[in-house]
This record gives sequence, C-alpha cells and structure tokens, in this order.
Amino acid sequence: MSSEHRAQMRPAQVSFYNDPRVRSVAYQAILCAVVAYLIYGAAHNASENLARAHIASGFGFWGENAGFDISQTLIAYSAQGSTYGRAFWVGLLNTLLVAGLGIILATILGFVVGISRLSRNWLLAKAAGGYVETIRNIPLLLQLLFWYNAVLKALPEIRDSIVVPGGAYLNNRGLYLPLPMSKDGLGWVGFTFLAGVAASIAFYVWARKRQERTGAQAPVLTVTGVLVVGLPLVVFALERFPLGFEFPQAGRFNIAGGIEILPEFAALLFGLSIYTAAFIAEVVRAGILAVSPGQTEAAYSLGFKPGPTLRLIVVPQAMRVIIPPLTSQYLNLTKNSSLAVAIGYPDLVQVFTGTVLNQTGQAVEVVAITMLVYLVISLATSLLMNIYDHRIALVER
Amino acid sequence: MTMSEGELAVAEIAFVRRETIAPRPHPAAMTGALGWLRENLLSTPFNIALTVVIALLLAWVVPELVKFLLVDAVWSGTDRDACLESVQHREIGACWPFVWERLPYFIYGSYPIPERWRVDVFFVLLAIGVVWLLWLNAPKRDFGAIYFFVVMPGASFVLLTGWRAIGLEPVDTVLWGGVLVTIVVASVGIVFSLPLGIILALGRRSHMPMVRSLSIVFIEFVRGVPLVTVLFMAGVMLPLFVPEQLSPDKLVRALIGIAMFASAYMAEVVRAGLQAVPKGQYEGAMAVGLRYTQMMRLVILPQALKVTIPNIVNTYIGLFKDTTLVFIVGIFDLLRTIEVARIDPKWATPVTSTTGYAVAAMFYLVFCYGMSRYARSMEARLAKGDRR
Repeated sequence: MSSEHRAQMRPAQVSFYNDPRVRSVAYQAILCAVVAYLIYGAAHNASENLARAHIASGFGFWGENAGFDISQTLIAYSAQGSTYGRAFWVGLLNTLLVAGLGIILATILGFVVGISRLSRNWLLAKAAGGYVETIRNIPLLLQLLFWYNAVLKALPEIRDSIVVPGGAYLNNRGLYLPLPMSKDGLGWVGFTFLAGVAASIAFYVWARKRQERTGAQAPVLTVTGVLVVGLPLVVFALERFPLGFEFPQAGRFNIAGGIEILPEFAALLFGLSIYTAAFIAEVVRAGILAVSPGQTEAAYSLGFKPGPTLRLIVVPQAMRVIIPPLTSQYLNLTKNSSLAVAIGYPDLVQVFTGTVLNQTGQAVEVVAITMLVYLVISLATSLLMNIYDHRIALVER
Repeated sequence: MTMSEGELAVAEIAFVRRETIAPRPHPAAMTGALGWLRENLLSTPFNIALTVVIALLLAWVVPELVKFLLVDAVWSGTDRDACLESVQHREIGACWPFVWERLPYFIYGSYPIPERWRVDVFFVLLAIGVVWLLWLNAPKRDFGAIYFFVVMPGASFVLLTGWRAIGLEPVDTVLWGGVLVTIVVASVGIVFSLPLGIILALGRRSHMPMVRSLSIVFIEFVRGVPLVTVLFMAGVMLPLFVPEQLSPDKLVRALIGIAMFASAYMAEVVRAGLQAVPKGQYEGAMAVGLRYTQMMRLVILPQALKVTIPNIVNTYIGLFKDTTLVFIVGIFDLLRTIEVARIDPKWATPVTSTTGYAVAAMFYLVFCYGMSRYARSMEARLAKGDRR
C-alpha cells in the first residue's frame, strides 16, 4: 500500500522563488555581476587616471635602465648598466638571503627556548617564559627600529672602529670580516668532503639494513664524523692549509677589502630571528606537551633508554604537531622580511615597490609583481605542507 | 561482647607498641626553601651549570635595565643639555623630560589643541565599549555589542572628523597622530574584521561554487602576501581604481588595507570555529525547520564563536601590533611620532632614541599582554564549562 501511496503523491508544490536551486543560481549570478562590475569600473577608472597622469602601462619598463644604486647585491649589478628587471632579481635574492638565514637562526633559538620553557630547572623555565612573553608582545617593526637606530647606528664612527680580535672591524657602517681566499689544493679538500658525505650515507643505509636483519647496531655517528669532518681535515693539513684571508684594511674614512655586513642586514636578521623564535618556541612547547606522558612511560617499560625514547618515540610524534605551525612561522618570517623597507635594507619591497615604483610610477604592475612573488612562495609552501600532512596523517583503523 | 581473639593476643604481648609513632619531619634538605632549591635548580650537575649561566645572564641584564631606566635616568630638564653626558658629566640613562614634554604629541599627534577634548571623549567612548564587551557580568551585554559595532564607530567618526552642523570644527586626518591613530587603526580593524571575517568564513563553507571560490581567492590572496604590500596596494593602487574626485584620503586608504587584511585572517579563525561545531547541530537546526540565516544566527555561530574567543583575541593582538606598519605608508601612528620626535634637534642625544623606543615598547607590551591574559582567562573559563 505504501509504495502505491507514494507513487500517487505529487511533488511538493514549491513556489518558483523558494526553490533552493533557483535561489542559489540567482545569488551567484548577482554576486558575479557585482564583482564583474567592480572590476570593470576599476579597470575603466585606472586607464582614465593613468592616461590623465601620462603614465605608461604594460611591462616595458622591465628592460629599461634602472639608474639607481643598491647597497647590497648578490649578483652583478650597476646603476648604469643594469635594468629594472635586474634590480628585481637583486631585491628578490636579498629577501631570500635574509629569510633563509633568519629561518635557520630562528629555528635554533626557538627550539632552545621552547625546550627550556619545559625544563625542570625553574630559573631556566621562567627566563624562557619571560623572553617569549616580552618579545611576542612588542611589534616587530619597533624591535627592528630599536636594533637599527638605537644599537647598530649607535656604534662608533669608522675612525674609532671597534677592532674585533681576528682581524674584523665593527662600526656604525657595518661589520667587516676577513674574506676567505682559496689557494691551490682546496679543491681536493672539497672533493674529500663530498666523498665523505657520500660514503657516510652509504654506511648509514648498510647499517640500517643490517640492524633490521640482525638487530646489531653500528656506530653510525662516529663513522660519519670521521668521514665528513676528520678526513677533509687530514687532507687540508696534507695540502699545507690551502686557505688564505683577505683582511679588511682600516682607513680614516672607509674600510677596504674583506666582507662587509651591512647594519641594515644585521638589524633585520636579528630582529626577525629573535621575534620569530618566540613564536617557534611556543609551537615547540605545544608540540612536546601534545605527546602524552604515557608514551614515555610505555617506552621505559619496554626497556628503552631515555635517549632512544626521545629520538624514536617522543620527537616523531611531537614533529607531527610541530611541523605545520612551524611552516607557517617560516612563511610569516619571509613575509615580515618586507619590513626591511623601514630600515632601508634593499629587499624586494624596498627595491621594487619602493624605488622602482617611485621612478616609473607604474603602481599596478609593480605592486602586482611583488604580490605575485610572495603569493607564489606562500602557495608553494602550503602545497608542500598539504602533501606532508597527507603523508604523516594518523591512519586510524 | 568479649574481646576478639586477635586483640587479646596483642594485648598480652607487652613489647608490641600500641600507639603509632608520630611521623618524623622530612629531611631538612628535602623540604622548605632548601628542598625547593635542590629539586628545581640544583638536581644534576647539568642543572647546576644551567642555573649558574642563567643567573649570570640575569645578573648582567636586569641591573643594566634598572640602571638605564631608573638609577641613571634624567628626571627633569628643558632641552637636550639635561641628557647630554658631555654637559652633565655623569653617566646618563633614560631621558624622561623628553617623553614628558612630547607626551601630548605622542597621544594626539598634531590634532588642534583646543579640539583635543574630542579625542579624550573618543577614548572614553571606546573604553566604555571595551569594558561592556569584555566584562562578562556587565548588564545588557547584547546592547554592548550593538554599541560597540554600530553606535560607537558612528559617534567616534563624527566626533573626530567634525561636523559643522553641530558645532564641531572639521579636523583633517593629516593632523591626527600618535596613540589616537594607533587606536583608531586598531579599532577599525577590530570592528570591521569580525563581521567581514564571519561573512568570508561562511562564504568559504558555502555550497555555492561561485561564492566559495571567490571567498577562497580573497582569503588565500590576502593571507599569502605581506601586510606591507597590502598597504602599498591600498595606498597607491586604490586611488587609481576610483574616479579622481572620490579618491579617499591617506588614512582611509590605510584603514581599508588593514580591514581587508584583518578580515582575511579572522575568516580563517572563524572557519576553524565553524568546523568545531558537530554536524548534528546543523542537522538538528534544519530538522526543526530553521532557515539558513536563523540556523547560523541562533544555533551555529553562537557555538562556533564561543570556542573561538581566545583565537579571536589572539588575532586582535596580532592586529594591534600590525598597526605599526601604517608607519611605512607615511601615517603618524605612535611609532612614527616617536621616530619624528627622537631626531628633533631640541632633544637629540645618544639616549633619546632608546628612551622613545622604551616608551613605545611599554605601551604595546601593556596592551598586548593584557589582551593575552584576557584570552587565557577566557580559555580557562571555557575549559571549565566543558569539564564534566
């Protein structure tokens, strides 16, 4: 009876404008129309405003002569001979340099502070807590200005440079370090080093296989140390130390030779590392706390020693919690390196969105390119993160 | 009843003690201050080494700080001579008369002096709104939300920019500065980011493909680029996109940039809250016949926002710190007024910069730390509610 009854039932009478499908299409159509109108209006106004201000559009400026100097260049660049495109690459490389070094320093400092905060030593835990709470709650820009204006710019003038033992000079125009120069035979040292790395990887793989088969452990760490550090040092000595230094020469008004580290670079690097380390410390602490103490107890009752317990049981589980937020801190650091513009370090934003924009006036193109660069970095990182997440996700039942 | 067998037996054996011995005190080295020291600072050789290193570090930093801020500090004076080592012939710490003289500039910027009471009234209006919202036992808290998100912004706008019809002289935003601008930028971010963030988060979870993809594009785009470039975009590109006569002033452009940026971050925070609401709540709401807006307003959002309050406050802390970036597009927030004041020849000394930065650091530290304590207390309170 029931099936017959159902067959006789007419479809519910829904008025046309109450049909969810109709509504959904209508809403989306309206939204699209509004967005399209806004984009059209913006483009129309932009072309009118640009024409009135006699500003060219398009990417023709990329190949034009830049004509301005950049204080730190990792690739060959000169004001006369280089184009705006070249200036873009110089800025991008400077951004990547400070971001890369900053990530390394912030990770080291962040892990140390994060683990310290969980230490059983009361003084250490409180000091680490104080560091995190203070640094996290002061704006990064303020910290950068402090490092740059109050610390590094307050160093002595060139003629009163602080002489650092080992042939380096420190003054308010930067830190001047001896430049290592290779002599004949350094190539052999490098070759030995690479060979050592390859051999130790092979040894690790062999030791791993043997351990899985027989349970016997091989002294991987010692062998790696000998192969990677010991052998190259021996070759280095045999070749009679083929490494020289070009020492900076202090004059009255400037210092010639050596490597120069700009105060802008140092301030940005310190500021970014110290600030991000406070956030990384919190990430690390949360990750370690997320591994339940039962895991450690279970490992001990199976007879694991504290070292292997940490290495094989606690850290792998903590890493699952730590890595995703850690990556977003790395991204934050990279994005925050754009604050370089406030202290004059020639990063992408300072060179491109600052000087190039002012010289060409092509705001739309320049800002769009800059944003695109950061967007590509961010999206690529989150793509890798998603893949990683899938690989380490807990597989339950 | 007679004595049982066992008791009788014990009573007969004279050498068995019948009363318990009072417990002896802990060994002196395990209790009290000494025990605490042993347990927490000196348990292993490595621990002892750590304690010594940290103690030395603190013994170096803390006295230096106290010396600079208090002991060697200059407390009175009229110009830079008071804070110059070469004039005073002693070690000079912080230069407080500089801060004291420039305090009105740090708070109001160049806001016309006879009109500064309007800024004070704005601060009071804002304080009322904040207390009303944050103090959980305040009366009529739903009106508090309306006041904070509708009444106060409108009133403050009229008050600060001026309106001739009611006798308030217009004040150009170029003259605004200092704490006023910092607070205005932060409050605009706070007031706009939550509603916009909720809309974007709902859009991202919508079933309509166009709505969803537009929300995703906006959120991911804004979150993928630095705030500096968003501010540059708002600063240099926005004037191109609107007809010339409508071009907004500099402060408004920065505010648009901040609001966009903050709402994209807020959207992700709200989305996390929405995901934490069990599916049964949606199904239950639909089963009792609620429409989409009713379901969201009455069932889902109250639960989602409740669990996200700590994260919302944390986002506000980030936003409050990020307001300093308007400095870069040439707006006179607190940090910028300090930058201007510290190089003023009247007060320029080797200690002026550090003094100015110390003041700014304390300002941000107090506000951000206060907010983070609030977030933590909310977290504890919410956790209490979930405990059975």
